[in-house]
Order: sequence, then structure tokens, then C-alpha cells
Amino acid sequence: MKDTTLVVAGMGTLAAGTYAFRLAGQLLRARITFPPRATRLLEAAAVILLAALVATTALTEGHGFSGFARPAGVLVAGVLAWRKAPFLVVVLAAAVVTALLRLVGVA
Amino acid sequence: MRSIWRTLDRRVLADIGLTCLAVFFIGLSYGAIAVASGFPLWVPAAQSVLVLAGASEFLFVGIVAAGGSPIAAALAGLLVNSRHLPYGLALPPGVTGRRRGRLLGTHIMNDESVVFALAQPDPQRKRAAYWACGLGVLACWPGGAVIGGLIGSAVHDTSAFGLDAMFPAVILALIVKDLRDARTLRAALAGAAIALAATPFLPAGLPVLLALAVVLVLVRAPAATPQPDPQPVAARSGSTP
Repeated sequence: MKDTTLVVAGMGTLAAGTYAFRLAGQLLRARITFPPRATRLLEAAAVILLAALVATTALTEGHGFSGFARPAGVLVAGVLAWRKAPFLVVVLAAAVVTALLRLVGVA
Repeated sequence: MRSIWRTLDRRVLADIGLTCLAVFFIGLSYGAIAVASGFPLWVPAAQSVLVLAGASEFLFVGIVAAGGSPIAAALAGLLVNSRHLPYGLALPPGVTGRRRGRLLGTHIMNDESVVFALAQPDPQRKRAAYWACGLGVLACWPGGAVIGGLIGSAVHDTSAFGLDAMFPAVILALIVKDLRDARTLRAALAGAAIALAATPFLPAGLPVLLALAVVLVLVRAPAATPQPDPQPVAARSGSTP
């Protein structure tokens, strides 16, 4: 691991900042009337960030391609989620499909 | 605490239990991946309790393991966690508790607790569902992370179990409701494409931030048909119970 002090500082920043986000929305809600468009935009921003996160974590490893097994598992999970399968089924399907593909030699 | 069990019907509690079980499994994968990436067990253990927001913790561990700065990793994680602000806006006042109770009630705000709260019909049940799910996640996420870290350090090769596919699958399951909106889907696909295209060239974490630029395009595009929407979008989004 890298310098422990730096890692602890990063963890502290993430923890404190996340708590601040959790608190800020409630405090704003109690004080300010937001136009619906503004709240929609914040939510859309989060969804776009998360979608990008799904794409990069499913398809890449470091700066390169992750191999086929993982994105295949995530794709199956995505189809199941789209068809409104239960959350646990979706998540376990991703792991099982990926594990089975690796078992038969697909990277 | 006992009032939670009396207030919520059994089906809602079962859904919450199932969700917490899934969170436990992702926690397993998180702890295993963190330890496999070279972190001592206390890092995922402490972070799972203090941050209590899975996606940002995965991102933090991923960026630092890839050689990125922990501060940059924290800032990237904070961008992912900024969605908690609209969650707070979407929750009716009082759901997270009052006075001292709100200190903990604020901390247990996450995708799952928020979506369960919003799905309930009245303030009492919203509050009960929020706390039941929030406390369940507070127990299952760190519990999974610690056990996963122990298993991971014993097994070494977690990829054989396909655990690395669980995280993107969870996030996908959580946002799939939002992606049914055509405009959001277009923006998300564009963001994903930008992040993928940038990954070979940019330091870890930055491609995801770059994808956010797509939002600016969204803002500038004139609102084609302003739809009547009495509820913020945040109220309808989140995990599938």
C-alpha cells in the first residue's frame, strides 16, 4: 500500500465529504424551494457518472481491456435487470456467468 | 426500534432483507478485492463503516491500487457520492430522524434506504423502511467487507468466483430504472462511451469525471418538451427492491 498517512487522509476526506452531501440535501430541503429541473439535473449527473462507472469497471482493467468474461457477466445482469429480475438474481448471475466463462477458459 | 417491525408489513421487510443480503455479497467482493489489491484489512473495514457508500469505496480502492493519489481518489469518490444531495432533497423532513437521531439517520442514507423510504405511502412507514434498510446495510456492508477481506486474503484469486463482475452489475441494477427514460439513457450511453474512450489515455478516475461533461450538453440542449413532473426524479430512482 502507498503511504498510510495519505490513504487515511483520503479516507477521511471521502467519509467527511460524503456525510456533508448526505446532510446538505436535507438542510437545503428544509430551507429552499428548488425548481424540479435543478433536482432532475443533479440526479441525471449521478446516473451518468454511474453509467460511466459500470462501463469502465465492466470493460476495462487498468488502461486496457478486461477480457470477455466480466463484461459478458455484466451484460447478462443488465438484461436481467432490464427485465425486472430480482436484485439478488441480477447480481449473482453476473458472478456466476463470469465464473463459468473463466472455468471454461474464457479470460 | 421495535416499532419498525410493527409498522412495516412482512413483504417490505423481506424485500429489505433480500437487498441487505445482496449488499452483504457485494461487501464480500469489496473486501476481497481491496485485500487482493494490496490493502490491509483495516482499510476496507474502516471505510465500509465510515463512508458506507459502496461505489465510491470501490472507486477509491481501484484508483489508489492503480497508483493514483488517495486525495484524487477521495475527490472522485465524492463526485460519485454527490447523488446523496438530491436524495436528501427528495426525502420528506423527519424521515432521517430528529435531533440526535439524525446524526446516525444521515449516515445511513444510501440508494437502498432512500428508495425503500420513498416507496412507502405515509411518513411513519417511510421512516420505518428507511431505518430498517439503512441499519441493515450498516450491518451487512461492513460485515461482508471484513469476511470478504479474510476470504480474499486466504484465496488470493477472487476473479475465479466472478466477484469482480458483481460491482458493475449492482450499479447497473440500481440505475436501470433511470435508464428507461430515453433522454437519460442517451446521456448515460454517451457518458459511458466517453469514459471508455478516455480510459487508455487518462489516469484512473478521470474518465468517469470526463463523462460528466455530457451533462453540460444536456443542460444546453433546449428542453424539448417540459414534462409535468410533480416529483423530483430522485424520488423514482434507485435500486430494485
